[in-house]
Parts: sequence; structure tokens; C-alpha cells
Amino acid sequence: MTQKNRLQTGGRINRSKPLSFVYNGKQFKGFEGDTLASAMLANGIDVIGRSFKYSRPRGIVAAGAEEPNAVMQLGATEATQVPNVRATQQELFDGLVSGATNGWPSVDNDLMGIVGKVGGKMMPPGFYYKTFMYPQSMWETYEKFIRKAAGLGSSPLENDPDSYEKINQHCDVLVVGAGPAGLAAALTAGRAGARVILADEQSEFGGSLLGTRETLNGEEAAHWVADVTAELAGMKDVMLLSRSTVNGYHDHNFLTIHQRNTDHIADKAPAGQARQTLHRVRAKWVVLATGAHERPLVYGNNDVPGCMIASAVSTYINRYGVVPGNELVVMTTNDGAYQTAFDWQDAGRKVVAIVDTRQNPQGAQVAEASKRGIQLIKGSGIIDVAGSKRVSGVSIAALSADGSAVNGSVTKLSADTVATSGGWSPVIHLAGHTGSRPVWDEKVAGFLPGPTVEKRLIAGAIAGDFTTAGALAQGAEAGRKACAELGMDQPIIELPTTQERVEHPAMTLFHIPHVKKTSEAPKQFVDYQNDVTAAGIELACREGFESIEHVKRYTALGFGTDQGKLGNIAGMAIAAKATGRTIPETGTTIFRPNYTPVTFGALVGRDRGELFDPKRYTAMHKWHVENGALFEDVGQWKRPWYFPKAGETMQQSLDRECKATRESVGILDASTLGKIDIQGKDAREFLGRVYTNAWAKLAVGKCRYGLMCGEDGMVFDDGVTSCLGENHFIMTTTSGGAARVYEWLELYHQTEWPELEVYFNTVTDHWSTMTISGPNSRKLLEELTDADVSNENFGYMDWREMKVAGVPARVFRISFTGELSFEINVQANFGLHVWEKLFEKGAKYNLTPYGTETMHILRAEKGFIIAGQDTDGSVHPYDLGMGWAVSQQKPFSFIGKRGMAREDCVRDNRKQLVGLKTTDPSVVLPEGAQGVFDPKAPIPMPMVGHITSSYWSANLGHSIAMGLVKGGLDRMGEKVYYPLADGRVVEAEICSPIFLDPKGERQNV
Amino acid sequence: MLHIYCPHCCEYREEEEFHVKGQAHLARPLDPDACSDKEWGEYLYFRKNPRGLHHELWVHAAGCRKFFNVTRDTVSYEIKEVYLVGEKPSVVAHSGSAK
Repeated sequence: MTQKNRLQTGGRINRSKPLSFVYNGKQFKGFEGDTLASAMLANGIDVIGRSFKYSRPRGIVAAGAEEPNAVMQLGATEATQVPNVRATQQELFDGLVSGATNGWPSVDNDLMGIVGKVGGKMMPPGFYYKTFMYPQSMWETYEKFIRKAAGLGSSPLENDPDSYEKINQHCDVLVVGAGPAGLAAALTAGRAGARVILADEQSEFGGSLLGTRETLNGEEAAHWVADVTAELAGMKDVMLLSRSTVNGYHDHNFLTIHQRNTDHIADKAPAGQARQTLHRVRAKWVVLATGAHERPLVYGNNDVPGCMIASAVSTYINRYGVVPGNELVVMTTNDGAYQTAFDWQDAGRKVVAIVDTRQNPQGAQVAEASKRGIQLIKGSGIIDVAGSKRVSGVSIAALSADGSAVNGSVTKLSADTVATSGGWSPVIHLAGHTGSRPVWDEKVAGFLPGPTVEKRLIAGAIAGDFTTAGALAQGAEAGRKACAELGMDQPIIELPTTQERVEHPAMTLFHIPHVKKTSEAPKQFVDYQNDVTAAGIELACREGFESIEHVKRYTALGFGTDQGKLGNIAGMAIAAKATGRTIPETGTTIFRPNYTPVTFGALVGRDRGELFDPKRYTAMHKWHVENGALFEDVGQWKRPWYFPKAGETMQQSLDRECKATRESVGILDASTLGKIDIQGKDAREFLGRVYTNAWAKLAVGKCRYGLMCGEDGMVFDDGVTSCLGENHFIMTTTSGGAARVYEWLELYHQTEWPELEVYFNTVTDHWSTMTISGPNSRKLLEELTDADVSNENFGYMDWREMKVAGVPARVFRISFTGELSFEINVQANFGLHVWEKLFEKGAKYNLTPYGTETMHILRAEKGFIIAGQDTDGSVHPYDLGMGWAVSQQKPFSFIGKRGMAREDCVRDNRKQLVGLKTTDPSVVLPEGAQGVFDPKAPIPMPMVGHITSSYWSANLGHSIAMGLVKGGLDRMGEKVYYPLADGRVVEAEICSPIFLDPKGERQNV
Repeated sequence: MLHIYCPHCCEYREEEEFHVKGQAHLARPLDPDACSDKEWGEYLYFRKNPRGLHHELWVHAAGCRKFFNVTRDTVSYEIKEVYLVGEKPSVVAHSGSAK
């Protein structure tokens, strides 16, 4: 295929570097320096997709981020698929593979197009809501059809082979946009010595200067751009980021920049390179120099391929050496678009006419058009376009002076390209991200950034000055202002001379009327990407959607990846007119991050796979792995779950571990238990205030179990705290609750009782903790220590310092199994050594390692609770039958005391924790099962509480369960029924939760 | 993401290092047992939700672990001041309502 629209000379492309690319399966050629869009236009590709709702053929409209139609699917392989890439922003590389995102079975022959053709009356706004809502049972069928019809691109089905990264940055001044304003701002701040980041979404700096034939200092603007860029590049504190879109402006000047490092080189990043980088920038000052987007006018069939934005046509000619057609008609409300006709003519192609909506345009541009022999049609507009896959002609009619009505006859002209300009919209998206409301400016005929609390300046077209001279001056001024605020020098840079012309007043017009009323006229598109028409907006207003936010949601105006870049203002103007209000009265919707789509890869960076979340391992982890443990995640901890032997089922492993512990001795790695070291002369007093029970008399060498409640009286953590010295304690918490408990203690100390002298430190990771449990645990310990660990010298709930396996240890005689137990704590780096020594000596006792699952079963056999499993924030100590752990006599009103005395906490019939024994001892109730007293009650049955813990007990030979039951403590021996999802109803009897050794004799030997 | 000045570390740090603990200046009643259920309920559950200035308790959880107060505008997210626990805010809303 030849590049039939390519000029022989001119543009910023390299004709000596041809590149091949594929679009919809066909090979084409372009040049280095092309975007995918410019290469497609060079090849005369008219249809690049089908529209979202009506499936109409669509072509390229714009040349930058505002392009609504040319949203492509990229990727040569399944793994490298990238949806939603704007062809206007994708640089061409050799071997690029692209396809249209929608169109079924193909963009040129689209079945859904028939629906669209039958007419707008079939698909008004709210069409999907209105049509597919009923009957609801059909929604799944409808959805498949709608999803297929609405092409949204497809995500890859294979893993992304590329890597991405994230970088945190800090700077004095972040300049967004490297057009004339941004360059002047960056140069000023850079010369002052500020740390500057200058980011621009395009491949090269220059912004608007890249697509014009304007001169600076009497020569090509590119020279000035190159000089400034070179000077900036030589400054050590200036970072230049091209191909880098500032996508989000978040609170306190936190901005995200999406840099595409290799997307312009190949389908997949070269080895060792990150494909994209997300810069997370905290900037002291921000200068927004984001420019403006030209607005297309709204007229009949304005979406037929060949209808483009005037400045985009100029950009394709001047920057890429591509004339996207043969016969051009320009329609404009202002002087600016005349230049497009001149550029077109200078490229050697025919300008059919300039249609100016102004009744009597004057000035240099008009004179130039006349000199060039271009037909000028004044006071008129293009009301309709002929053609389906390409423009073939236009209908022109005279308009009333205010542009609100057609008041003349219709003339038809032949043309294949329509370039329109309805003025310029400042690119205010970023300025609105932190909630600042845009403000309408009558003179600019657009919205400008509103007031903000952020340290933010604006310069150039975003501030409503569309001239190059204005952009340069405002940029330099913004640079100086930022420097002044930062307490730096404020250098004055020499600005290049510009060629300015006197612009004559533009006409404020958005919507070209048709001879028929809007609802009957040919479709006049406002938002191409969402297929929103002028008639649709008027209908929404007629149906009562007056707020612009409602109009937006009903019609989808400004939705999606487009974020209303081209259509928003025209849409608001049409809504304003339809509701008889002004545009400022109608208001505007605001914009959200991100400005253009960001890949998930860039957001995720390296936080994936192994690096997704930190993992915490105990000192004995290696041993657990070598001995076949399966692991369970407890917070970030990897805890052994159980230790299966070859050929065992999980239940067989658990049965073996449980029996071995109760019959001889088992061992648990309990290192993950939270440990908080508490010191200070008021430590004891403090404990008394945060625990429900008494601590005043706990002697050195003793341990005590405590319940911790919130101010509402509900249990939130528990654990054993031991007295190490008169003013020194060590508190243990649940594995998952350690950080929360620590912050809780600090909260009360720092904000309520700062007068107490007490200090906290987390020492969880300092200690390795191993619990040996079972009738032979003392014998085993004795083999590794010289200390006297007899019951007489080392009783239950005592702790002793001693050497174990030759290293200093704290040994606690506490038990979570109900067996004789010793919890051995050693410095973490001795952990594995002691663990291995225990196994060396323990073989003869069949020392059996067990994990969290067996720990749960053994404690449930004894009715010991797990905070967070048997409690859920609605359970107080009395509900747990643990009133023994509450001391109402303490002088200080401890945390939880007042809460548990509330009326609701002392009423009858609260849900209380009880044991449950199934009538059929082989049935293990599912945890979470809801109980009822009367299984024959009509549905919905009154529910009386749920199962919190439930296991098979090999030691007892039957299932055991604990659960909350309304008034359960007074219902011993009564039956509760658990109707299950599979239809079974399990009968259980309320009993004591202590299933084994109710007198506690086993742990006291 | 907020940029918060920790008055203990005397540095601006990222919001990721902090935990917000809700409304500031909620003194625990000195004699909880003398409170009626209503009074205790007010202390426990009832919080201001102003549009505008809000005094909040924060903790530099992944830093110095110290608590401090912040006066923040809930509309603009602007932090007007930070001050120590036990101190009074100097930026306050006028006549009970926000600006």
C-alpha cells in the first residue's frame, strides 16, 4: 500500500526510516516520527472503529489525548495486549500490531450498525435502562448481547511479560506540559536553581509549537524549543520527562506521572528495562501549563470519517507531512481555523470553502483567504454531511446572527474533509482533581480552573490566553512566582519574539442548527466516544434531568476514558439552552483522575508475586518446611497449619497430632504471639486499667490471663501477662492483634493517662517461643535444663528464668491445651537451636510437632476462646461465661467496665457462648451455622446464634462445638437446631464448653 | 494522599506512615460509673461530621508512634495546623459552623 496522503517534504518525520505496522490484519508503512494515527491517515485509512452505541463508522478526529474515536487494541501476542490506546498518542514502531476495539464482525461490515442506522428513535438516551430492565430474569441474556455489541477492548488472557516500576519523587516545582508556557516556566525555575520536574505526554517537547508553522525569533519554533530543552537538560536539578502524562493531581500537591519508557520501541520492553514507570511526586509548587483543546462544532452527521478538528488537520500537515484528504471545507467561529485552510492549500490540495458562522468577519485572515482565492461563505454553517464511511459532501445554510436558527436556503458542496473549530477549551482536568470547581469565563467562552488551596499556578492556554506570546510571558511569570514563594531568586529569561496577528472577536457558538428541529435532524454528535447527541441531551432535559450531573449520568456525556475532553462544553451549552439557563448557571461536571488511561502494570509496579506483601517467618521456619508443614497465613505471618505424614489425610494428621500431645508430648511454634514489654513504676496500675481483672497483687515470677475490652465492654483481645519485676511485665497478645493492642496501649497512655510512668515496646520478633505440652513435657524439659522444674518449685501459672539447651530462656508454665505445658522463650537467634535440641531429646517421647489447626482443636476441647473467632465485637466477658476474669472491685473504672454495665449488656437473653454436642456424634457442624430453637417454625425462622468453633475431637471420639446461643448459659441440656444449606437439620445439645478434664487436673500436675 | 507534619519528628511525612483515630478532644469521663447510659453512649458513639474544620487525632504509627492533633478542612483536605495532645487548637470554626 502506498502512503497516498503523505507529502514529499516537511514535518518532523524521518522519511529514510520506513516502519511497517499492522492494522486489522493488513500490513502498512509509515515513518519514524509518526504516531499510529498519522500513519493511518497517511495510508488513507478512514474507518478506525465503530461507535459504542450506534455502531457507526468512525474516523480519526484529533491529533492528541483528546481523540475520542481512535481507541485501539495493541499487541502482537496474547500476553502483550493493551486495550484503550489512543492511536494519536501511540508512536509508530516497526512491527506494531493494532486493531479496532469494536466492530463485529468487522469495522467495515458491522451488524450492529444496522441497529444504529434504523435511527436514533430506537436508541434514545437511557435506551439500555429502559429496554433491558425487564423482566429482571432476562438480564443475564441481555448482558451477554450488550457486552458483545459494546466493544470495550479486551484484556490479555496471559501474564504480562514486562516489568514496571514506581518511583517516589520530590521537587520544588513540577511543570506539567512542555509547550511554550511550560518551557518558559521550567527555564525560569531551573535558572533559579530550583529542583524542577518538567513532564509532557508527547515524545518531544514543544507542545503547540510542534504542529504549527509559527516562528520564534524569526526562525522555526523548533529551534527555540531545542535550545531551551538543551539548557534544561544541562541543569543537574532538572528532570525532563517526555512520554510522561501527569495523570492525577491529588491532595497536598501529590501528583502521579505515567511514563512510557519503551512503548514507542517495541511490543515488549527490551530485556532489563521497565516498560513503564509511575512517578509519585510530592511537589512544593505545581505549574499547570496543560494548554487547550480545540472544540469541534456540533452539526448533522458530524461523525462521518473525514470530519476533524481544524488544528488537528494542521498538525497532521505540519508535524507529520500528512494531508488527510483531498477537498477541504473549513467551518469556524473564529480566525484561528483559517490557518488550516492555508496549510491545506500550501500542501497542494484543494480548499473548497471556508464557512464562517460570523456575519461579517474582518481582518488579516479574511484578507489572506481572499488573496489566496479561497471561497469564503459568511454567516453560515454546515448543517449536514453526506457520506457514510467517508465524507462526500456538505450542506451549507445561512444562519441567524446569533446562530440559533437556519434562515436561508441550503447549498451543497462536494468535499471529503470537514475541519471545524468552535473555539478552544482550556485543559482544566488536573486542576479539578482535588475538588476545585471550574469557573466559566465569558471572554474565553470556556471554563477556567477555579480557586484552589493547592500551591498551584497556571500559565498559557489553560489560563485562557491562547497566544504564543501570552503563553511564554505567563510561563515565565509563573516560574518567577513559584521561585518567590520558595524564597529563591526570580530570574528574568529573555523571551523569543513571536509573530502575532490581531485576532478578531470569535462567535460563541457550539451547536449548528438544522432546518429541522434537533430531535428530527440528522444525528449531531456531542460526545463521540459515548454516542451522545444534541437531541439526546435535549431529551434528557425534557425528561426532567436538569442538573448537569444527572444529564451526564443519563446520557453518559463525558464518561469513560474520554472524560469529556471534546464534548463537555458543547454538551453543557446545549443543556443550558434546553433548560433556559446560562452555561455558568448550568455548571459543569468535574473531572476525576486519571486524565488518560493508566495501565494496571504501572500502578502495580513491582508489588506483585513474591513482593506483593511482606512475609514474616519465625526462626524455626526452615525446620517446618523441611518437615513437611503446610502453612497458614496469620496476618503477614506464615504459621505451620499441620504437619502431614506421607499418605495421611488432613483429618488423620490432626487426629495423630492431637492424640500424641495428650498422650505424651507435642510442640507448637508460638513465636508469632504478640509480645509487649511494659516497664515503669505505674506499669501495674496501667495493666489494671486496660485489663478487666486485677493486677495489683501479681507477684514477680507469676503469670496471669487477662481479657481486654473496648470502652463498649466488648472483648477485643486476650492473653497472658507475666510479672518480670516489680515494675516490669511482659504482655502477650493474639498473633493478629499485636499491632492493634500496642497502638491501643499507647493511645490510652498518651491521650488519657500521660501522668502514669509507663513505657511500652514491642518485642514480638525478639523472642522465639516454643510450647511443649503433654504429660511428658516436664521429662523432656528436664533433659535440657539443670533447673528444678518440679511442680513444687515451678507451679502452674509461674515463670522462671533458666538455661535450656545451654541458652538463657524464660519458661512460662501456662497452658492453652489444658495439659502440663511449658512455654520456652529464647532469644530469636537461638530458636532453631533449642527447637532442634528438643527434638533430639524428644524422639523417645514421640515429640510431635503440631500447627494452628491442632492448637485450635486442643484448646476447644478445653473451652478456651480465641478472641476474634469466638468473639466478634458484640460479646462481653459475661457472655463468654468469663465473669471470673472481671474484677468489679478495682478502684479505677477499667476500660470496659462502664460499657458492660449498659442496659443492653445486662439484659436477659443475650447471646452467650456455650458448648454444643451434636446428637449424632459423628456430625461436625460447619462454623458459622445459624441455630434455631424450633426447626419447624415458618421461614424466616428466628435465629438464636451461630457456631463459632467446631471440630472433630479424636481424643473424645466425638465432634465438639462452641457457639453463641440466646440465653445459652441458662439453657444447659436444651436442644438447638442448625438448618444447613444442604437441607440437613443438625440437632445439638447445649452443654459446658469444657469438654475435657473439667476440673483442670491435667495442667496442674 | 495527605502530607502531614509530625510535631514530634518535626518533619513532613506521607500519609501512609500515619493512622487517623477520629475526632480529637474526646476526654474519657473521669468517673465513668457516674455516667448515665445516655452520657456514656454520647462519649462512645456520637461524633461530629462537620463540613469544614475538623479536629482529629492522628498517630505516627510507622514513625515515632506518638499521637498528635490535626485541624483539617474536610472539604479541601487542607491541614490548617498540627498541635500536641493536651493543647487547644488555634484554628477553630466560627459560631459552631464551618466557613
